[in-house]
Amino acid sequence: MRVIGRRLVFYLITALAAITVNFFIPRLMPGNPVEAILARLQGQITPGTIKSLEAQFGVQTTEGLFGQYLHYLNNILHGNLGISTSYYPTPVSSVIKSALPWTVGLVGVATVISFTLGTLLGVLVAWRRGSWLDNALPAMTFFQAAPYFFIAFLALELFSTRLGWFPSGRAYNQLDFPAFSLSFAGDVFSHAVLPALTIVVCSAAGWIVGMRNVMVTTMDEDYVLVAQAKGLGKRRVVWYAARNAILPSVSGFSLAIGFVVSGALLTEIVFSYPGVGWILLQAVNNRDYPLLQGIFLIITFAVLAANLAADFVYVLLDPRTRQEA
Amino acid sequence: MSTTTDLGTGGAGGTPGSTGSPEGAALAIVPGRARSVRFPRSPKIIIGLVMLGFFLLLAIVGPWLAPYSPGASVSTTNGVPQPPSAAHLLGTTQLQQDVFSQLLVGGRSMLLVAFLAGAIATVLSVVIGVTAGFLSGLTDDLLSMLANFFLVLPALPLLIVIFGFLPSSGGSNDVLIGLIIAITGWAWGARVLRAQTLSLRNRDYVDSARLAGERNWRIIGYEILPNLLPIVASSFLFTVLYAVGTYTAMAFLGLVNPQHWSWGTMLFWAQSANAEISGYWWWYLPPGLAVAFLGTALALLNFGVDEFINPRLRAAGLTRKRVRKYATGEVPRRFTIGLTPVVELREGERP
Repeated sequence: MRVIGRRLVFYLITALAAITVNFFIPRLMPGNPVEAILARLQGQITPGTIKSLEAQFGVQTTEGLFGQYLHYLNNILHGNLGISTSYYPTPVSSVIKSALPWTVGLVGVATVISFTLGTLLGVLVAWRRGSWLDNALPAMTFFQAAPYFFIAFLALELFSTRLGWFPSGRAYNQLDFPAFSLSFAGDVFSHAVLPALTIVVCSAAGWIVGMRNVMVTTMDEDYVLVAQAKGLGKRRVVWYAARNAILPSVSGFSLAIGFVVSGALLTEIVFSYPGVGWILLQAVNNRDYPLLQGIFLIITFAVLAANLAADFVYVLLDPRTRQEA
Repeated sequence: MSTTTDLGTGGAGGTPGSTGSPEGAALAIVPGRARSVRFPRSPKIIIGLVMLGFFLLLAIVGPWLAPYSPGASVSTTNGVPQPPSAAHLLGTTQLQQDVFSQLLVGGRSMLLVAFLAGAIATVLSVVIGVTAGFLSGLTDDLLSMLANFFLVLPALPLLIVIFGFLPSSGGSNDVLIGLIIAITGWAWGARVLRAQTLSLRNRDYVDSARLAGERNWRIIGYEILPNLLPIVASSFLFTVLYAVGTYTAMAFLGLVNPQHWSWGTMLFWAQSANAEISGYWWWYLPPGLAVAFLGTALALLNFGVDEFINPRLRAAGLTRKRVRKYATGEVPRRFTIGLTPVVELREGERP
């Protein structure tokens, strides 16, 4: 458990650092941030906008920088992320709260599918090294290298515009009211298929390649040779090797999840999916800085939480980490 | 080095044969300099290099070849994007701009930003990673912490915040964009390099160099760094790939000045005109495919370098036919030092 404790401390420090970065970026830019933003808004200004921006960036206060920082930290601890300028006077936290479930659902399900599918395929490819599957691997890099939103474009054009199998955007039919009914659930599902498919197709290649590469090395280990020599079935041998080869995939999760979340945000934009990615686009278009910064913090916290979960899984899977040194 | 022929021989990795000029002779004296570099030749690397070369060429000559200015309206037909025709090879946008010209012009900014970001991030990761691995102790702890921090931080939202606060003139400055992307992209390379430096640090030849009284910077520069080169190359390619995706995403979101033409900006305009729902495939397909193929080229190269670092990853040469030839002795089996030959085990008829 000391491992988890150490990671927890690291994540707390990281979260604090992210908040600090968030606090200082607007203050490091040349000039008065509020004036710079007002110049960019070009006329769509209400007194409320000015007030919320000044509060956010500490322009009309007599407080020193350190005092402002403590104030900011205190606000965040209480879940106060400032007031959105484009949805004025809605607080940033409630704007994000309304969008978060869609993103968590979409990215969560897609990541689980892509990790499971990718890992299994990676095992298969390593097992059949040199077969057509292995030679198809470089072709798969196309999907990995293509931007998520471009694959989303293609999926939209093909399955929605041309074939008409799936709706072209949003999370549910606008005429439907969100309700706990079977038809509404089906509606939500059919709207989620294309975005989820895009995320799975784009992110699975990374898991496949990672798993295959570790698996190939693991298959050369002595204990695999022994397992084969004593005549165990091929499936069983592969299972033994795969159990060990999956560890780097789990520990590499932290790098991957950031990519996947970033890609998923862009996918949401293409599909007009009402998640965090969609309000992110609104925030960018309307230059809603408090909302932008709030989204950055929330995504960072979510990614850190996902990392902590991956660490837990790692400790569960690898008994070596549980030994007290 | 005054004539062109001298330059030619001198450029080929410092071959000892380049005598005649005093510089060449001086180079040959330095131990380890005259060693010829073994370049891996796998189909992945060759295909990747050819594709990348094509894109580099496009970036250099593209803007001169473009038949129209990327922002100019080339037709008086209003409102509706025109499909590809003889006059406009890839059709036009909603504002009647020539897509083909935009594609040719947009490559330069894309490759400039990507390679710049890759270079800056690689320098950062080598300096930080090798220092952390070599020095250990408190320096290592602090630098590793910094790298881990950037590693878990989701890059895209951070970049959006930074780009969002950038003064609008900064949104069209390729150097600045490359620098910002590099700041968020160096950590992965630093982590890998640190791990490898840790394992090299206690090798015998490093110990003997230390006992011989060599200074730290010399041990790092001459004993450790040459052995890290494949990993440096791999992390460079990875960062360039990352920069391609990130720059496209930033431009797609409209955080880069939309008049600053790149493939990402083209996708931004296509998205804001709903090109993907309206079926204007000639508008978004070319820039998207260009980004995807550029990425594929980099990923293939990266695969090739990875297989060079770890030969077990190679699939080539392990086809069934080749295995049978190994077994019958038709083809002599080549062993690589340090690797267990596992050919028969894997592909035998019975386990």
